[in-house]
Amino acid sequence: MAQAEEVKHDQALPPYPEKATLEGKNKFLGFWFFLGGETVLFASLFGTYLGLRNGVADGPTSQELFHLDLVFYMTMILLTSSLTSVFAIINMKKGNYKGLLGWMWATVALGVAFLSFEIYEFWDYTVNYGLGFSTSAFASSFYTLVGTHGAHVLFGVLWISTLLIRYAKTGLTLTNAPKFYTASLYWHFIDVVWVFIFTVVYLMGV
Amino acid sequence: MKNLWRVLPFSLILLLLAGCGKQNLTALDPRGPVAEMQYSLIILSLLIMIFVIVVVAAIYIYVLIRFREKPGDNHIPKQVEGNKNLEIIWTAIPIVLLLILAVPNVMDTFTLAETEPDEDSLVIEVTGHQFWWEFEYPDLGITAGQDVYIPTDTRIIFDLEASDVIHSFWVPALAGKQDNVPGITNSLWLEAPEEGVYQGKCTELCGESHWLMDFKVIAVDPDTFEAWAQGMAEPEAELSEPTGDVAAEGREVYEENCLSCHAVGGEGGNPQGGPDLTNFAEREVIAGFIEWDAEDGDALENWIREPQDYKPGNNMPAFGHEAIDEDEMDSLLEYLDTLRVLDSE
Amino acid sequence: MSQAYAKKSVLWDWLTTVDHKKIGILYLAAGGFFFALGGLEAMLMRIQLMFPELGFVSEQTFNELLTMHGTTMIFLAAMPLLFGFMNYIVPLQIGARDVAFPFLNSLGFWLFFFGGVLLNLSWFLGGAPDAGWTAYTPLSSAYSGTGIDYYVLGLQISGIGTLIAGINFLVTIINMRAPGMSMMRMPLFTWSSFVASALILFAFPALTVGLLLLMFERLFGATYFAVEMGGNVVIWQHLFWIFGHPEVYILILPAFGIFSEVLATFSKKRLFGYSAMVFATLIIGFLGFMVWAHHMFTVGIGPVANAIFAVATMAIAVPTGIKIFNWLFTMWGGRIQFTTANLFAIGFIPSFVMGGVTGIMLATSAANYQFHDTYFVVAHFHYVIIGGVVLGLFSGAFYWWPRMFGYKLNETLGKWFFWLFLFGFHLTFFVQHFVGLMGMPRRVASYLPGQGLDSLNLISTVGAFFMAFAFILFAVNVVVSVKNKSEADPWDGRTLEWGIPSPTPEYNFAQTPLVRELDPLWYEKMHGNGKLKAAEPLDDIHMPNGSILPIIMSFGLFVAAFGLIYLVHPVTIIGLLITLVCMFVRSIKEDHGYHIHKEDIQNEEGAG
Repeated sequence: MAQAEEVKHDQALPPYPEKATLEGKNKFLGFWFFLGGETVLFASLFGTYLGLRNGVADGPTSQELFHLDLVFYMTMILLTSSLTSVFAIINMKKGNYKGLLGWMWATVALGVAFLSFEIYEFWDYTVNYGLGFSTSAFASSFYTLVGTHGAHVLFGVLWISTLLIRYAKTGLTLTNAPKFYTASLYWHFIDVVWVFIFTVVYLMGV
Repeated sequence: MKNLWRVLPFSLILLLLAGCGKQNLTALDPRGPVAEMQYSLIILSLLIMIFVIVVVAAIYIYVLIRFREKPGDNHIPKQVEGNKNLEIIWTAIPIVLLLILAVPNVMDTFTLAETEPDEDSLVIEVTGHQFWWEFEYPDLGITAGQDVYIPTDTRIIFDLEASDVIHSFWVPALAGKQDNVPGITNSLWLEAPEEGVYQGKCTELCGESHWLMDFKVIAVDPDTFEAWAQGMAEPEAELSEPTGDVAAEGREVYEENCLSCHAVGGEGGNPQGGPDLTNFAEREVIAGFIEWDAEDGDALENWIREPQDYKPGNNMPAFGHEAIDEDEMDSLLEYLDTLRVLDSE
Repeated sequence: MSQAYAKKSVLWDWLTTVDHKKIGILYLAAGGFFFALGGLEAMLMRIQLMFPELGFVSEQTFNELLTMHGTTMIFLAAMPLLFGFMNYIVPLQIGARDVAFPFLNSLGFWLFFFGGVLLNLSWFLGGAPDAGWTAYTPLSSAYSGTGIDYYVLGLQISGIGTLIAGINFLVTIINMRAPGMSMMRMPLFTWSSFVASALILFAFPALTVGLLLLMFERLFGATYFAVEMGGNVVIWQHLFWIFGHPEVYILILPAFGIFSEVLATFSKKRLFGYSAMVFATLIIGFLGFMVWAHHMFTVGIGPVANAIFAVATMAIAVPTGIKIFNWLFTMWGGRIQFTTANLFAIGFIPSFVMGGVTGIMLATSAANYQFHDTYFVVAHFHYVIIGGVVLGLFSGAFYWWPRMFGYKLNETLGKWFFWLFLFGFHLTFFVQHFVGLMGMPRRVASYLPGQGLDSLNLISTVGAFFMAFAFILFAVNVVVSVKNKSEADPWDGRTLEWGIPSPTPEYNFAQTPLVRELDPLWYEKMHGNGKLKAAEPLDDIHMPNGSILPIIMSFGLFVAAFGLIYLVHPVTIIGLLITLVCMFVRSIKEDHGYHIHKEDIQNEEGAG
């Protein structure tokens, strides 16, 4: 608890710095619960999408829209970013703070790349295929599901960047270790959600 | 506290007097096989539940009397942890009771879902609108508004749809309800062994005048139904070309102001319009609820002049004096009084 | 006490507090206000329905009243009032000094508060929502005014607050228990709060999504519920009830917990069948997620689904029955004291059994076609919610009032209140079972004469007046009893919250207690010296600092909501920026709290 302020980065940290304090433990457990809630959130969005994906009205169908090559690149990027965040946490456990920061920056960069592809994808559908948000129930539910995921990626990018800038010089402490750890948990979660989107939306939609 | 004792017996007596409610409305006085099936299920569940209440009440009253704190009593009761056998008993007995209810319920649920028409059944498509009902008889080519005529002792299948929001079709004395959901067709079946006028209601909140979205199911003997259907399908020329002078004038007023929304004898109307008025003069009520007398046109005139005062939120515009003047109104009322298909002899 | 802390103004203290006890009281105050408001709405409706075709309010107003009554009572009254008790009592019952996330606790409260204020502002800004608390599409998505936008955003904001509170309780109960307080030694109120919090966690996101869809549909032209665009109006109902049914258990389980505490305390006996009670609570929580479609029997989901959901729903009667019998046998062999708190618990048993059995009747799908959307349903859920939740809240209020406010509510006034309220409640709602079966749909702005509905509706309204009058007695009681100072343990309590001085110190426990048995205080009274054993030596106590950020963050979302409702994007962006900047500040500014010194604690404990 209060000891956190006294711990300097050059002192030896306990083996699990992210769970060493009660605050860290609370944050860790609370975050898992939060992800449980997020799971229901995405499950509800998936359910809505599955209920509406054939409701194309006069708009384009998913078969006309989806190009698996683009989505495959996006999937690869996001999977890789999950891997880089794992490297970051491995470095944290090893006490290599520079390595933690470096791999986390790589994760952020991949997240930005993913978002750029997604923006391009949405732009392509809207402009070249005439799939606006209001075109059909399919369009609305597609943009809502995939867009909500995209918003989560964006939030993750902003969150991790904030942590990286704020703690650029402090070294690893009992305060920031849980923060990096939960951020990486979050990142894995949005990665897993994407795997489901890839399967349910894209693979089942072509 | 005095008020309390005055109100209590009063309310108990009223409860008894109220009995089962109004005939041909209440679900507690079923008038057809479907409502009877549901009624007997209600009674079965009620008996089981009364049994449960009696058991709980017996223990409850005993405990409260026997174990209440007496003055000067300071003993510390024995701290009992629990009793496994008791726990098993009050787990097992409810399961048995629930099975007694669940089995007939599942059977009835499937029986009530048997809405495939056969050669003897009559299919009626019901569309709920804000705030009125449209009844189409696809096999007979008839469309009727507000009052749905059915032959007695015939299996009637209602296919339920909605044009705007969700409504729900309920004729308590004949059958439980199903929802009219936009984009989905639900079905229910019922039978009316006895002739009579059964009250129907919308039970899903559908906007301002939800409470006034009543309709009537009119069960008549098959011959009368035949005559009615005949009259609706091929109304006498009288309806479009009335013989009386005043009525003929009224017909013109009607054509000018009403026909585009309210069809008569197969002419006019539109999908966004109001109910078909072919048999209007035979209705007991206007707009589903306004008591009127075809001889005395006041109620009807008031309705035409200011429909929003009666049924707020409905789609009918007001017809003020600039649209229909006094004389025109009189002739219109005269014409409307001729809209009959059964007793126009 | 820390000097710097004591100097700040009272108002500032309450606005920035992160103390679970103060936040609990804030929840009670705000929830109490909304409860009175929802009650007023109910009275206006009952007056309108006193006589047939009574034009006391217009149809539109009536629809707004019924929507706001339901929404207010569920989201802004019942849940916050329970949160009030959970916040104040759960940390004390598990021997903790605070909740796991004091800052988030405060944020949760302020989000709820601003969400509630936003929702109620709709009355003055173009009309309240009018599509029922269930807001079925397409009535809510395409046929209603801006009131629905307030509904969507108000509930979204307060819903986030609820979700935060749920996670907070879960982590608090798992991580913050005192030494020896194993899960199976936790008081039932803590257990039921735990299960209710788990239900919040898994149920509220479905509502979040539903509200999000409705918002996109209304404000940004999405077409999920537009049939002509390939939409489906029933999706809303599924999402709403996947949330809505667990919500019922979110309300009733903590109330069950309160009754378990009160009945055991005032029977002077430990709870009968503790482990069966815990197990039943878990089963109810689990089954609560399996039965949502029993609200949709008439929507046309088919006989197979109807049959499955009917049987699943009936199954809930089994664990509920277990609870009822265990309560009865808790009293069996005890020494039952008829305090007001216990009267409410005793009054609850038959009232709730009534609500439970009509629940089984409603679960009978084939008969449900007759009950559904009639006054029978209205009677049923008021029996469950008033007969269960509200009686629980009043029982808890009388029971924990001395702990929370340092004074005892007047027992005589309390008993008058109880009897009038119980009588009024049964008078109001018992007859509604019949009204429904006699052909009166729910949510009707009035009814026509000559349908045999007149006298029973009049009786119902008379009953409502009894309830309103009784509630005024309660309000009076709260005020006139202030001087009725209470000792620390006025009821001869059994659980940890009664083992500390009154008023409750800011740090709760000078020394974290050591728990040796279920009902630890009772155990120490029987087997020890009547005082809680300490698990640690007396030392400085670390406390979190207060923060103004939660209220600003909530205000930011409140502003953003107005931007969304009126589609003024700069306002939306400013509002969201306010919130995001606060989050940013919170994230980068490390705040390590402060310490209360050993000597101060000794002084205070000595004085107490």
